[in-house]
Amino acid sequence: MKFLQFVGASVRIALTGSKRYYAWLLACLTVTLVGFYYYLYQLEHGLIVTGMRDQVSWGSYIANFTFFVGVAAAAVMIVIPAYLYHVTDFKPVTLLGEMLAASALIMCICFVMIDMGRPDRVWHLLPVIGKPNFPVSLLCWDVIVLSGYLIINLFIPGYMLYSVYHHKEASKKILLPFTYLSVPWAVSIHTVTAFLYCGLVSRPVWNTALMAPRFLATAFAAGPALIIIIIQIVRRYTPYGSPGEKFEIPNETIYKIANIVVVALLISLFFTFSEVFTIFYSAGAHKASMAYLYFGFDGHPSLLTPYIWASLVMNVVAAVILLIPATRKNLITLNMACILLFIGIWIEKGMGTVLPAFIPSPLGEIWEYWPSNPEALITLGVWGLGALVFTMLAKIAIQIETGDVGR
Amino acid sequence: MATPDRTPARPTPEPRPLTLKPAPPSSKRPVSRRDFLRRAGQGTAALAVTTLVPKDFLGRPKIFSKEDFSLKHFVEMTAEEKAKRVHELEEIYRKRFNDDRISISTTPAKEGVLWGYALNIGKCVGCRRCVKACVGENNQSRDPEIEWIRVLEMEKGTMELDESNCYYDHERVPEEDHYYMPVQCQQCENPPCVKVCPTTATWQEKDGIVVVDYNWCIGCRFCLAACPYFARRFNWGEPTWNGAVNPNMHYLGNRPRFKGVMEKCTFCIQRSREGQYTACVEACPVGARKFGNLLDEKSEIRQLIATKRVFRLKEEAGTHPKFFYFID
Repeated sequence: MKFLQFVGASVRIALTGSKRYYAWLLACLTVTLVGFYYYLYQLEHGLIVTGMRDQVSWGSYIANFTFFVGVAAAAVMIVIPAYLYHVTDFKPVTLLGEMLAASALIMCICFVMIDMGRPDRVWHLLPVIGKPNFPVSLLCWDVIVLSGYLIINLFIPGYMLYSVYHHKEASKKILLPFTYLSVPWAVSIHTVTAFLYCGLVSRPVWNTALMAPRFLATAFAAGPALIIIIIQIVRRYTPYGSPGEKFEIPNETIYKIANIVVVALLISLFFTFSEVFTIFYSAGAHKASMAYLYFGFDGHPSLLTPYIWASLVMNVVAAVILLIPATRKNLITLNMACILLFIGIWIEKGMGTVLPAFIPSPLGEIWEYWPSNPEALITLGVWGLGALVFTMLAKIAIQIETGDVGR
Repeated sequence: MATPDRTPARPTPEPRPLTLKPAPPSSKRPVSRRDFLRRAGQGTAALAVTTLVPKDFLGRPKIFSKEDFSLKHFVEMTAEEKAKRVHELEEIYRKRFNDDRISISTTPAKEGVLWGYALNIGKCVGCRRCVKACVGENNQSRDPEIEWIRVLEMEKGTMELDESNCYYDHERVPEEDHYYMPVQCQQCENPPCVKVCPTTATWQEKDGIVVVDYNWCIGCRFCLAACPYFARRFNWGEPTWNGAVNPNMHYLGNRPRFKGVMEKCTFCIQRSREGQYTACVEACPVGARKFGNLLDEKSEIRQLIATKRVFRLKEEAGTHPKFFYFID
């Protein structure tokens, strides 16, 4: 009964708001519905409406899936300082981080579902009624770690908000084990996702032990960068986090997160350099895909070449901005750096990691992939859904935390 | 009504008049593989969802088929369940293709049999008759075009697959200074595709053939990414056949597939398990293709492996193919 009251209040909060709030929801919903419409189109005709073919059999959906697993895992970069090192000013941010993780995970699940040829058979993955190839197939592991992480990231903030709503003290005995569990679990989701790729002998460019560490480094840069932007938006449009409020998030906290971002970004750049050196200097079997990515073939740049160089430039510029204290501690330049590296990592980790492995094909065929329009709109639709879910989850969290539940 | 994008796979040319003499020097050079195969006119398909519950070629709803919810994984079906299932399917297919000869077998692997294949790259002339025979025998979709065998044209002096061209289109084959390397499922002893499948929809049978349960595959394409030989094919769209299909079917082999599932070479399971050669072996005009039981010491394939210069593709991948290439 008490739980139902809480759910009812949450729904009420999520669905009521200012005109600006409704306009934003409507915009997200429109993008989502356009994507959903094209998804029905894809269901009807099959994945042939996408740009993917046997030669390049994973594309935009799996690239975005990979990136958002990273965004989800990055919440841990807020949780670790807040709960393991007791950096108290990080605590108001953890709520936003967990909501972001939950939203990103919902996006990941959508990306995997829309990539499936037969989504109606998804139950074949479940034990008892299906026939999961556990523990041999890494995809089974992915199902477990992703759904587990989603539950953790809905339970922790959910329980905290439930307690606040009913003016009770949240039990640390319940909360802390789950919080501690969320730390290794976050690492696991991105590790398993990397293992999907690096365990394949057929794709030399993926077949590197650096895949999981690289994924984690890029995740811990891109995720907290997004959180920096989100904090400022939340401070601007809600009482949460504003100076003088109970849940103040001062600029100092943002700068601390920026420190995390720059360390992760530098490690990630170092990993990229290390990978690129190994592959090009040894000039062995891995080279073909990397050469396609960075230089194209026979002097012709590939479709990805301009993007990967743009990504590299963006990441380096962002790293420079974040390394200089004056520009790191200036919100305008800091935001620029965050946006640059977010896009840079999205390119590098999405299309820059997933696509080159298919080009050339195992039999040496060069077939270039580019997403079709329906495919791009479906991808965008999932982004819209993610924004929609995050907005509503964040609004619920903020209003309950600040006591503005409209009872 | 929308027209989905066609598969970009270039149509295979009809088999050319066969000459064992080198083609005249005036013949056109093959299109370089490095001519980027960018897709033309993609993505601007007129868009409309005609109905939310469209029907597939069997008249079942295309998106969610009730049939699938009541089906078990093939290896978990009892003999009676298999018989019932096959009977139902035969009824449907006979009606759909207007052919009363259609029969679906579930013949299991024989004891003491492990199938192996050997291909003489010294003899292969690249005529692609095996490809054509395979498409007809195994009911591959004609549009979108699916082919289980890919014939690579290689320049003499190299074994580098990255230098190969599968889209060669000459007046005559073989092309001067080239040799041909057909590639299909290598029926690995240690198949990476089976390892990665999240639903055990693909597995290795006792006679070594890797098969797919088309009603259990979820279409995640992890196996396609895992295969070092580009041997797996996905049904990107609803498959179509030009009217007739090969009526001799096996449940795990050449029965008609549907949108959204994987398929692959099964060593013509519907033929090999009945004591026949595969279609590609029979179609080869130069006798380059050999097939037999690896466990039978007197078999031709064992003799070939023992006496010829034999190699396997990508041995460094540790997949242990049961598909051998050899030179006299």
